[in-house]
Amino acid sequence: MQGLIQFFQHIGLASQFWATVLSTIIYAAAVFGFLAVFALVAVYLERKVSGHMQDRLGPMRVGWHGFLQTVADTLKLLAKEDIIPRNADRVLFILAPVVLFVGTYLVFAALPFGPGIIGADLNIGLFYIIAVSSLVVIGIIMAGYSSNNKWSLYGGMRSAAQIVSYEIPVGLSLLIGVMMTETLNLGVMVQAQETGIAGLGGILGWNFIQNPFAFIAFFVYVVAGTAEANRTPFDLPEAESELVAGAFTEYSGMRWAFFFLAEYANMWIVAVLGAVVFLGGWNSPIPGDIYVPGIVWLFVKAFAIVFVQIWARWTFPRIRVDQLMTTCWKYLTPIAFFNLIGVGFWLMMSPF
Amino acid sequence: MRDLRTEEMTLNMGPQHPSTHGVLRLKLRTDGEVVTSVEPVLGYLHRCFEKHAENLEYPGVIPFVDRCDYLASMNNDHGYALAVEQFLDIEVPERVEYIRVIFAELQRIASHLVAFGTFGLDVGAFTPFLYAFREREMILDLFEMTCGARLLYNYIWVGGLSHDIPPGFVEKTYRFLEHFEPKIKEYNDLLTNNKIFIERTADVGMLPRDVAISYGVTGPQLRASGVDWDLRRDEPYSIYDRFDWKVAVGVDAYGELGDCWNRYYVKILEMQESAKIVRQALDNLPVEGDVHAAIPKKIRPPEGANYFRSENPRGELGFYIVSDGGTTPFRVKMRSPALSNLGVIDEIASDWLVADVVAILGSLDIVLGEIDR
Repeated sequence: MQGLIQFFQHIGLASQFWATVLSTIIYAAAVFGFLAVFALVAVYLERKVSGHMQDRLGPMRVGWHGFLQTVADTLKLLAKEDIIPRNADRVLFILAPVVLFVGTYLVFAALPFGPGIIGADLNIGLFYIIAVSSLVVIGIIMAGYSSNNKWSLYGGMRSAAQIVSYEIPVGLSLLIGVMMTETLNLGVMVQAQETGIAGLGGILGWNFIQNPFAFIAFFVYVVAGTAEANRTPFDLPEAESELVAGAFTEYSGMRWAFFFLAEYANMWIVAVLGAVVFLGGWNSPIPGDIYVPGIVWLFVKAFAIVFVQIWARWTFPRIRVDQLMTTCWKYLTPIAFFNLIGVGFWLMMSPF
Repeated sequence: MRDLRTEEMTLNMGPQHPSTHGVLRLKLRTDGEVVTSVEPVLGYLHRCFEKHAENLEYPGVIPFVDRCDYLASMNNDHGYALAVEQFLDIEVPERVEYIRVIFAELQRIASHLVAFGTFGLDVGAFTPFLYAFREREMILDLFEMTCGARLLYNYIWVGGLSHDIPPGFVEKTYRFLEHFEPKIKEYNDLLTNNKIFIERTADVGMLPRDVAISYGVTGPQLRASGVDWDLRRDEPYSIYDRFDWKVAVGVDAYGELGDCWNRYYVKILEMQESAKIVRQALDNLPVEGDVHAAIPKKIRPPEGANYFRSENPRGELGFYIVSDGGTTPFRVKMRSPALSNLGVIDEIASDWLVADVVAILGSLDIVLGEIDR
């Protein structure tokens, strides 16, 4: 972002204000483009991974090994009729995908893609991300309520309970990273993970390996993050076999595609945050001067977490709504609190 | 706050719902997510099977029998053919009996594989479904090479079979069994012993022994409640008394007897037992022989009635045939196992969550073609 602003000033745009506005628009468009491409790639990955796990090939016909299948599907969605049920609450129905997507999209303002590639380098970046990502729940409740469909209503209510509950273990686990690196700024947090214990660097510098509590916290984060992103085994708001498609039952065409896009964007957010807070962000796992761009490392780590989420989706059954709450409040939240206290003591006692 | 009131919500599940296994409609009364009563509404797939049967000659009923329980057509054919043969007092050749048992048991495996896979789908696991269909596909290939059809066979006829098994069938079936038997461990690893799966199904939707009996629940659903009753052993028809196999009964592993997990697991055990029966039948299959018994050109059973029951993958399949001495049945009544099994749903699915109703319905393993007929 800063680079973009400087570039515009360099080529002769005198006003700081207009340079900023222009760069913001360009960056926002780039993020949107990235998201669309990421969703295409992630859906393709999901289909291929699930296909091979299920003893079949997945898409094979459109393009090389079906690579263009998701593009074709997107075109189909664009061309589909946009249906609004007669008894739906029109305003909320139309607004819901917008609210949901905006909530997700806002996160990308402060989410780093690599060293220096960040929309707004906020010094409270992590706090901002946790705050705005909660907006998602409003979108889902709006969708569930406005569809005037009882199944959608169930989906909306489940989603509200789920996302609000799972914010807590997610937040507490991320807080551990904050305690260890003493910053809420994601860029600084990554820099702090360059060295770590005894200044060895590489993978030994990453937060999750610094102490046992952070190690547990990483797993708590991945589990709770999967729930935050509404992925199986925690996909209760959609719950295909119970609620048909949950809150999204009545949506079709592009509106539905926005929910879909938001789901994959959420997966990416969970993955990148996990990589940045626990897995050393764009730091190389091997100490020394091997030149690989930071963005590559970040993407490798994030895609590893995305892969785990896909893997879990095609392996596990879905848990029940009361078990979902039990898992959160009776297991994950206490473990997260225990970790938090543990890390506190560790940081006070540790000689490093 | 005092003005706030809550009320029960009526929720319509189906006929177009992914988990009602066809066009079943369930009227649920729900209090939040808790279901207080379940009322099944039937008839969306009614095809007048019994009325059709009154206007067809006895052998001509078979294709209609096929279409009742479309996941277990062979077993239906077998049951109907035996019912008519018993009525007419016909003996069929030894070879026919063996081939019939092989097909009936292969069909039982195929049917239970669908039950296993779709039950996985009902609780949210997608992958077991495709694993199950991989093996089912091999069974359907065997059927296809025998009679050309993959779903509705019209293969087991009154007084024999439509034609003999093709060359290579026996070897291919052996190869299938070699492949299939180790796969059961894979199913158990993937689904049966999965922690989330156990949480979802163990101690859910208990069907006590006496309730099961009083509602006329039969088949794996009854055995899961701990009732050791299988017509193949206790009222042996065809040549089932010649094989060495065990009746699968519910086990006390993760939850009470008669819960969803047991109803599911009994089917897994039955697949193993069926594979055993197929293997023994293949070993003892008479090499030569005709596949048609000597039956009259026009089948005219004596005036009167006959009831015959056999063990279908879903339970006790009965055919009550009334004859007025003519070439068409006066009345055919089919005792549908899935219908009786479904009847118990209000009893066992009330006071569970919506998600559990889906699991309970899946564990009852219904086929709407047979319920509505």
